[in-house]
Amino acid sequence: MNEPVCEAHAISKRFGGTLALDQVSLRLAAGEAHALVGENGAGKSTLIKVLTGVHRPDGGTVRHLGRPVSFSGPADAQDAGISSIYQEVELAPLLSVADNLFLGREPITRLGLLDRSRLRREATEVLARYGVTVDVRRPLGELGLGIRQMVAIARAVSARARLVIMDEPTSSLAPREADRLADVIEVLREQGIAILYVTHKLDEVFRVCQRVSVLRDGRLIHTGLLRETSRIGLVAAMLGRPVAEVRRHGVTSFGEAHEVGRAAPVLRAESLVREHALHGVSIEVRPGEVVGLAGLLGSGRSETARAVFGADPLDAGSVEVAGRARRRWNPAIAIRSGVCMVPEDRKAEGVVPGLSVRDNITLAALPRLTRGGLVSRRARDRVVDAFVRRLGIKASSPDQKVGELSGGNQQKVLLARMLCLHPKVLILDEPTRGIDIGAKAEIQALIDELAQEGLGVLLVAELEEIVEGADTVVVLRDGTAAGVLRGAEIGERRIMELIAAAGSDGSVGGRFDD
Amino acid sequence: MTEPAGGTPAFHPTPADDSAPGRSPASADGPVAPNGPVPAASVPGRSHVADPMGAAGRVSWLSDYGVYLALGVLLSFNLVFTPNFATVANLRLQLVQVAPVAIVALGMALVIGTGGIDLSVGSTMAIAAALLPLYLGYGPWPAITVAVLAGAAVGLVNGGLVAYGIQPIVATLGLLVAGRGAALVLADGRLVEIFDPTLAAIGGGQVLEIPLPVLTALTVAVAAGFVLRRAAFGRKLLAVGGNRPAALLAGLPVRRTLITVYVISGVLAAMAGVLTTGRQSASDPSFTGLLIELSAITAVVVGGTPLAGGRVRILGTLMGALLMQLIIATVIQHDLHDSTARMIQAAIIVTAVYAQRNRNGT
Amino acid sequence: MTTGQAERAAPLSPATGTGRTRLAALAQRHGAALVLVLVVLLGSLTFGSSFTGAGNLGAIALDASYLLLVATGMTFVILSGGIDLSVGSVLALSGVLAAYGSRWGTAGAVLLPLAVCGLIGLVNGLLIGRARLAPFVVTLATLLFARGLAFAVTQEGNQVYIIPADLALTRIGQANVLGVGVPVLIALAVFVAAGVVLNRTRFGLRVFAAGNGDGHAAELMGLPVARIRVRVYVLSSLLAGLAGVLIAAQTTSGLPTLGEGRELEAIAAVVIGGTLLTGGAGSLGGTLAGVLLLKVIQNLINQVGTLSSAYQQVVSGTFLVLVVLVQATLARRRRQ
Repeated sequence: MNEPVCEAHAISKRFGGTLALDQVSLRLAAGEAHALVGENGAGKSTLIKVLTGVHRPDGGTVRHLGRPVSFSGPADAQDAGISSIYQEVELAPLLSVADNLFLGREPITRLGLLDRSRLRREATEVLARYGVTVDVRRPLGELGLGIRQMVAIARAVSARARLVIMDEPTSSLAPREADRLADVIEVLREQGIAILYVTHKLDEVFRVCQRVSVLRDGRLIHTGLLRETSRIGLVAAMLGRPVAEVRRHGVTSFGEAHEVGRAAPVLRAESLVREHALHGVSIEVRPGEVVGLAGLLGSGRSETARAVFGADPLDAGSVEVAGRARRRWNPAIAIRSGVCMVPEDRKAEGVVPGLSVRDNITLAALPRLTRGGLVSRRARDRVVDAFVRRLGIKASSPDQKVGELSGGNQQKVLLARMLCLHPKVLILDEPTRGIDIGAKAEIQALIDELAQEGLGVLLVAELEEIVEGADTVVVLRDGTAAGVLRGAEIGERRIMELIAAAGSDGSVGGRFDD
Repeated sequence: MTEPAGGTPAFHPTPADDSAPGRSPASADGPVAPNGPVPAASVPGRSHVADPMGAAGRVSWLSDYGVYLALGVLLSFNLVFTPNFATVANLRLQLVQVAPVAIVALGMALVIGTGGIDLSVGSTMAIAAALLPLYLGYGPWPAITVAVLAGAAVGLVNGGLVAYGIQPIVATLGLLVAGRGAALVLADGRLVEIFDPTLAAIGGGQVLEIPLPVLTALTVAVAAGFVLRRAAFGRKLLAVGGNRPAALLAGLPVRRTLITVYVISGVLAAMAGVLTTGRQSASDPSFTGLLIELSAITAVVVGGTPLAGGRVRILGTLMGALLMQLIIATVIQHDLHDSTARMIQAAIIVTAVYAQRNRNGT
Repeated sequence: MTTGQAERAAPLSPATGTGRTRLAALAQRHGAALVLVLVVLLGSLTFGSSFTGAGNLGAIALDASYLLLVATGMTFVILSGGIDLSVGSVLALSGVLAAYGSRWGTAGAVLLPLAVCGLIGLVNGLLIGRARLAPFVVTLATLLFARGLAFAVTQEGNQVYIIPADLALTRIGQANVLGVGVPVLIALAVFVAAGVVLNRTRFGLRVFAAGNGDGHAAELMGLPVARIRVRVYVLSSLLAGLAGVLIAAQTTSGLPTLGEGRELEAIAAVVIGGTLLTGGAGSLGGTLAGVLLLKVIQNLINQVGTLSSAYQQVVSGTFLVLVVLVQATLARRRRQ
């Protein structure tokens, strides 16, 4: 192994009560692309933030170029040669390409004025090295994401970066642009630059990187050369399941399979397409059926759930409820036709923190609770009481602000908000993420019970929950359905195999895969 | 917890579309987990340190109650040191003077509750003032109706632009400029004296010793408080301001809510314009409502309503308006000057936003 | 350096905006100039020499020069993602202080107001840049403060300080060079200098960067965003102060009521000139066009004897709304 550029040793980081990083060590070598993989909440972004000085570690040391370092922030880290490139490229979209490349170290003439012609010339030259030919005077935001990414990389490298951290760099790229990025990474490696490559796409890991580290629940699970790692082994490490062991029971609070019968699907989504995210996913949900969406992060699970609810606009595809197709589809219409969703991001899209538990629960039901513009207090209180009791929402009173509740109770409030609408189909996007064990078990049991009562459920959740809770599993990979499993077919091994199968276009996954 | 929670909640309109059988909340008390192993109740109280309790729960005392404190201090000071302060005449004068600002500020508070701002209120007052003499020929009430409708129209344009995605500051700046111009054009740039008993009564009459403008302001405040507390619209407004993506995902009519709130602000501004015109017995489009947007925003901010939206303090807004008025009154009655009052007001505004900043934890 | 790998692949072509989007972008950037040309043509054809005469054009220029100074500072502020409501009051305060300071000669009449205005700008900048308070409210407060101070200095407007007619400042302020008023020349000089600063210096480029996405990106790029903000507000106050001094020199006195609403006129000029109110993109050239457009329209409406001057407000307000509508539509397309 080459000399290390940057070394993290036994890094720990705690946020409040949760240990986000637990004694994680990482060695990033010159000329090596090092993949960092792991599911949501594994600690990837915390680790990056420690390396770039956004967070200060509670324990452990970072050594950069042989010396222990403690950065005060991204700018400081950048000066020392650690640059990061984010998913949503953090540059100035309204400024020209050339300006973006050189902001912070603009060439000036002897008079102290900007040397515009040199700026342009050098920008053009630099970008040409990355195979990008573009009028550097154009605003960055007018250009495609692929080019923006190249500009970000060129900026990082020309700032004498020794380590470039790429955080899901291809998540919004077209395949051709992703190919170009892979080529550029090769060039960077030849220059002796270390690359930390965060991704959730297995194909990319094997194509672009030489070494891989797997994080799970803040701990380093595995680190090693990719040529010695099998795809299925990597998936198993990411999901935290021993490959051999496939359990059917005991981890979650889900019960037996539900009586789905042959009822006609209550929800049918056909060929959902959304640029960069979904490439023709179809889903059917029957009354009383729990349909699980499995796949790695970024495979299109949440995107499918959101598309079915109408939360994001679709480029193509249709959604049909109870046999009735709709021309216009958005959350309001979805709710009226009986399709409800509890979104993944509680804070950003779920709770209204300044409103009370009562108001949060009845938010979506407002039209139904209103007579002559006024909210019927009696009807409202009845609903609120019933659901606070049924879901065991723990609040000092219904008047308590939702922002003051724990994550689990916030999640129950959001569930109540949708359940009180008596939906036909309930879409749950990671309903147990980030909540305590007790609340988690309750929500799992509730999903079971709702399905028994005839509710159709579309569930995005962790693998174990999907395996134990779902009657049908749709395995997603890169925005397409890689397979559908029913009943006895459902098992962790089977799902992981579908996830790990090489990309269907055949152009990927060659070199290091055995 | 004794009421058996059986049956579908009564509010559900059409049982027909609730096809799923027996979806009744379970009758057992405590959380429902018939087969599930661990009801939360049996999990010993876990600490939720990681949850965002802190920022939201910690309320900056100064931001919430500072206005009452300041008002209390100012009142005590005046009671002790200002001769003839606690006279009915003086108090009535102060209240009458603050009434138009208070009415406009209440509308502004609702707009700010959605995370917006309405700069056009002063011009809307001027438009209302300019329209009154033009339609007085049909009687006072038709004229007032026209004026108020004009305010609604201004609000419709503002709200439409904001709902389309234009920043509230610019959207309403356009009508601040154009509205004043339109008012002057309507009135031919002239001050028109008005001798109409109805208008005069609206601007200066009394009911039970209470001046009508004050009564109007109080009515508006009660109505606004009622709407915020009881009406569905109030919930929607606060949800839109508190978390717009969540409001959209809950299926709420976000755009309609935004448009409505600007219409309300426009209507209230027009009412304030009618009131001012009545009190002055003159329609004065050049000066009616001039710079009132600043006083109104000040009252709202000082009253503890966060500019970010999601929360509206009606009483605080009234107190904020009153505080600003009292500062001017105090300063003048102590032979200090208007200019001193402005500088004190400036300091209070900065203090108020600084306190809000601490609450938001940013 | 090895570039072999990269050269092998076909060059990426930039994702291009559609023709219509480009046209709209062009309209946004140069719309004000285009409309200005049309309006001037229309004015010349309709009113002939009463519009194109040297006297009238000189009056327009003089009127525009004060607004241009304020709008130039406002352009910097808006580009950096902020807003400055205090400029109208600062302008009035500066005029009052110039008149007050004229007892110490030209130096006093210039330095006193500029020092105080700079200080107000510094307070704005520190509260906005360092303490991260909302620009809107902070400058609203300084608006009140500056106006209050202006009234305080003039004993609530009862005391009028007169600038001696023989003072160098007065003579310069009222002089003409080649038929052009000196304030116009000063404003133009400042405008050109500001253009150089904005377009040809690191500071200027960083002002643009600070206005992109709340300055978040600029911070990640290691730029001193807070310092940039502080400077921008100081600059804005200083330019408003300079306008106040020049007006005082022109009128030989300082009125505390001057410049009410001037901040809105300046914002309107900047936005009409194609600068995004959200910051990050725009140009001083556009601001110049916006200023001239507002003033020419005002002048033309005055030329029509029968039209009230209020039409000018109607026209500029409507124009402002149209401009932001175009901006919003463009932003929507870009997002898609």
